[in-house]
Amino acid sequence: MFGLSQKDTKFLLIVVALTLLTPILLNPFPSESGLAQFNAGYPALMQRFAIYGLMAIGFNILFGLTGYLSFGHAAFLGVGSYAAVWMFKLLSMNVLPAIILATIVSGLFALVIGYISLRRSGIYFSILTLAFAEMSYRLAYSVFTPITNGETGLQLTLSDPRILDSAPEGGSLPVPTLFGLDMNASWTANVGPWDFTFNIGYYFCAVIAILGFYLSLRIFRSPFGMMLRAIKSNQTRMSYTGLNSRPYTLAAFVISGMYAGLAGGLLAAMDPLAGAERMQWTASGEVVLMTIMGGVGTLMGPVIGAGFIKYAENIFSKINESVLHGWFGWLPDGLEDIVVWFFARFVGEGWHLTLGLMFMIVVIALPGGLVEGGQRIARWVRRKSGRETAADETTKPAE
Amino acid sequence: MSKTNYSRRGVLKSGAVAGAGLALPTIFTGSSAAAFTNEPTGSTVTFGFNVPQTGPYAEEGLDELRAQELAVEHLNGIGDGGMLNTFSSKALGGDGILGKQVQFVTGDTATKSDVARASAQSMIQKDGVVMINGGSSSGVAIAVQGLCQEAGIIFMAGLTHSNDTTGKDKKANGFRHFFNGYMSGAALGPVLEKEYGNDRRAYHLTADYTWGWTQQESIAASTEALGWETVQNVLTPVGAGDFSSYIAPVLNSGADTLILNHYGGDMVNSLTQAVQFGLRDKQVNGKDFTIIVPLYSELMAAGAGSNIQGVFGSMNWNWQLQDAGTQAFVRSFGEKYGRPPSGSAHTCYVQTLLYADAVTRAGSFNPCAVAEALEDFEFDGMGNGPTLYRGADHQCFKDVLVMKGRDNPTNEYDTLEIVEVTPVEQVMYEPDHPMFAGGDLGECNDGA
Amino acid sequence: MDAILLQILNGLDKGSAYALIALGLTLIFGTLGVVNFAHGALFMIGAFCAVTMQRLFSLSYEVVDETQTDFLGNPLKVQVPYVEGWFGEGAGTTLIDWSVPLAIIATIPVMMLIGWAMERGLIKHFYKRPHADQILVTFGLAIVLQEFIRYFFGANPIQTPAPSDYQGTVQLTQAIAYPVWRLIYFFFSAFVIAGVFAFLQFTTFGMVVRAGMADRETVGLLGIDIDKRFTLMFGIAAAVAGLAGVMYTPILSPNYHMGMDFLVLSFVVVVVGGMGSLPGAVAAGFLLGILQSFASMNEVKSLIPGIDQVIIYLVAIVILLTRPRGLMGRKGVMED
Repeated sequence: MFGLSQKDTKFLLIVVALTLLTPILLNPFPSESGLAQFNAGYPALMQRFAIYGLMAIGFNILFGLTGYLSFGHAAFLGVGSYAAVWMFKLLSMNVLPAIILATIVSGLFALVIGYISLRRSGIYFSILTLAFAEMSYRLAYSVFTPITNGETGLQLTLSDPRILDSAPEGGSLPVPTLFGLDMNASWTANVGPWDFTFNIGYYFCAVIAILGFYLSLRIFRSPFGMMLRAIKSNQTRMSYTGLNSRPYTLAAFVISGMYAGLAGGLLAAMDPLAGAERMQWTASGEVVLMTIMGGVGTLMGPVIGAGFIKYAENIFSKINESVLHGWFGWLPDGLEDIVVWFFARFVGEGWHLTLGLMFMIVVIALPGGLVEGGQRIARWVRRKSGRETAADETTKPAE
Repeated sequence: MSKTNYSRRGVLKSGAVAGAGLALPTIFTGSSAAAFTNEPTGSTVTFGFNVPQTGPYAEEGLDELRAQELAVEHLNGIGDGGMLNTFSSKALGGDGILGKQVQFVTGDTATKSDVARASAQSMIQKDGVVMINGGSSSGVAIAVQGLCQEAGIIFMAGLTHSNDTTGKDKKANGFRHFFNGYMSGAALGPVLEKEYGNDRRAYHLTADYTWGWTQQESIAASTEALGWETVQNVLTPVGAGDFSSYIAPVLNSGADTLILNHYGGDMVNSLTQAVQFGLRDKQVNGKDFTIIVPLYSELMAAGAGSNIQGVFGSMNWNWQLQDAGTQAFVRSFGEKYGRPPSGSAHTCYVQTLLYADAVTRAGSFNPCAVAEALEDFEFDGMGNGPTLYRGADHQCFKDVLVMKGRDNPTNEYDTLEIVEVTPVEQVMYEPDHPMFAGGDLGECNDGA
Repeated sequence: MDAILLQILNGLDKGSAYALIALGLTLIFGTLGVVNFAHGALFMIGAFCAVTMQRLFSLSYEVVDETQTDFLGNPLKVQVPYVEGWFGEGAGTTLIDWSVPLAIIATIPVMMLIGWAMERGLIKHFYKRPHADQILVTFGLAIVLQEFIRYFFGANPIQTPAPSDYQGTVQLTQAIAYPVWRLIYFFFSAFVIAGVFAFLQFTTFGMVVRAGMADRETVGLLGIDIDKRFTLMFGIAAAVAGLAGVMYTPILSPNYHMGMDFLVLSFVVVVVGGMGSLPGAVAAGFLLGILQSFASMNEVKSLIPGIDQVIIYLVAIVILLTRPRGLMGRKGVMED
């Protein structure tokens, strides 16, 4: 089905099912219980999971297949966001033109940067991309303020022209829509003590992320993907066979840049503001970390890595000492203080520590990232139970 | 199923699940249509405290959190009540707000607009907050203010000093208690005239982003009105670290005054390095060279150490003020945390109380009702003297402090001294002043 | 003319810090082939060695002074440093005053130890792993180290002044007065750099290490335990970064995330210098420092707005495009 092998089709269907059920899967705890703190099924975070997952999928096409490590992918995300917000300001609040323009603009940007940077390989390539991205960030923050609105970030205002839309009623800002479907509209279902929020914006992002995933699956399985993998394993040998590898890597670079731009456009569509920090090297680094953490070159890995990091950022940082006191209130007083003190080092203001430790533990204990770690465990379990079946690994590494 | 914008649920409450929910005959029940975003229906109401907990302003953020926690205690009737005893409005009785206990959730802005908005969104969508307070930079404040406007809750800004927050980026759901660049300029002007005369040549180093620009514009306008000449305005990259290559040209520029439009770590470094370059020992045009830091904060003053001695600047509030409100606040804060509160802590504390008071007077948590109660509200007893929350731009107008680095500090908190309390009339401006023009409050949004 | 001379001095000063950090980073690249994202954190820890020294010297006991009051109106507790109690007020104050230079003595063993522990405990297991894994683990380590420092010292910058005798300026020419400490920093860096080069050039140990950098396998085949030497080199690299940090504290008040601010910059410096080339790293450090200073001049800025924000990256791009392996890079190092 869909031009995929049976196994891939099954894999894709699983991914689609998981994505559609996300609002339920991420809210496993009743909303009045103490563990509700760990629920992640609210629209803004689910949207980010889909968006950053999409970005990581795109990044993986470049890094996972060709081995070229770009340290400047956040620049494409930022450019995409700016393009989308400008569309909202000038043309219409409909999200389609915004994300289309975001993809095109970032693709052009990637073409220029990729054309120059791909003249070098290895760490020289990484530093070239880093240099371009940092220049974009710094200029967007200061000199290009008329276009980017600098530190404050580009926002919608009431006085924007928006030539296709009628003037907004009242004095409130319009909301991004898809032909009348507001991106921030939600339905909340109360199932017993649970609350599940189904948000239009999330499903819009999810559909696009699934399309992006499908495309990346096709690329991984295509002759083009084969060629990219050949570049990773031995570029010299490829050039001896008379093949010029540059057009292939450039194509991969532009495609992954367009994924990042699309992700940026979606970010702006969910929350119409584009800030310069989106392009800082730390943001580029984050994508790299997501990919490595999940598993370089695996299909699902980068998405899982993205989920992990975004979850830590949004959930752990919000657990403060009074929450901890709520959890451990049943302990004797002296012990409670010690336990709370200990956990407070890892959450709230200390959530960076958790993130750092998580990076180290994953890379030490699960070489090859979360996906490969999962596979190892699965294999080990299978061997233990003596049911050595034919490898049924839906998420096979690229190599 | 009915359509609402956001779900609402309590947090912090560990414990049993309401059994009634399980007994419902149908599996899916729609949540009832709320009158406005996150209308509190239970016995509690939740505030969101969104402050920098990581990154360069983390210390400032933690001080804000301390004050916010204290404010919640006072609202719930724990502790000595602090400024509730001195506040001119007596609507609050220390028994929560409209009979509801106040709870809070916290988040990390990391001083980045994106992170701050993500954190604020999670507070609104997941935790059901009715108000967000805090922050330590204008970029973040403007970004979160925009978000609160869209979502239909109230934003009570923390430390934000840019003219834009209540100027071209003002929003109907956003309120600022802190002062701004224009007020700093207006307050510093007369003191500088008295201290340094009318014939000075000023060299500006300005942080290259919106806050830096608006402050530089304000200070240059007010010093030029004194007859000072602005020799040069140099934009410096944020987080430059080493400012030597920007400071060196000052030496031979013929300027006799250096104005540092920097904040935070940049201000600590540029001031320290300017002193290292011997600027303060110089004589130019027959005058002693001087340095001015228009915006001071206690934490940055502590970071700059002895370098700030004798350096003039301005502040929104300082713990050394002698009025009853300040004393009450400093006492409760000091007894709880063993240190005097910083200016940003004061702003967050006051903003939280002001919001609670406005809700009580309005009799509703509806943001539009609250905004109406806050607009053109006059109050006293919050440490700054008689204060007006102007309705036209949601900016507070009150006295501004002119500060000077103390020459012989007796303890680690005694770094600054109050030179003058500039009366509010002097820092007043029209809502359509050119430095604030171009924005539109729009209409209040309650998210319904 | 004076303005240009001043900017050259500023550039040399900036360049000193860049060169020292890049030197350590290159030592690690060159010997161990490891991408060390925790190198900025080592620089930061070095700076906090100075802060710790200052704190140690100022460890105090409290004396209640009834004549003064604190901010709550209670009697003021005056802090008296132990060193003043032990050595008398004069000697004690001098010790506190000199805490930054004195911290150097402590920094070298402390940083060598940290470097040794890092290499043996963590990095060792990553030699054969892909660069991606090395980046992830060292970046994680950098965050953890950073959070430790923050727990003990807070997030605010901490003022660590130079000894008061070296705080002023020195008159270099008629028109130029330059801060003494900045000159000291430059000469100190030159001294450290020369020391590292002399060590590699003139000792047998250094010879083996250089041979190992060029061809690790052959050296191993000759029966030399190159790993042990490389561990020491990691310690030395850490010490160099630490020294750069200690002496920089009077110029830049240390805070817990200063390492991250220098991390990207030092990678750019190393790559511009050329992978695996020590002289390249030093040359690139000074070159970029000086160019950055020139770009900050008003005359240049008025010509091209914002040039001071991007000059380093612009130069990096130009150099990498004209010279494929940076200024002095060797073929095949980190190119795939």
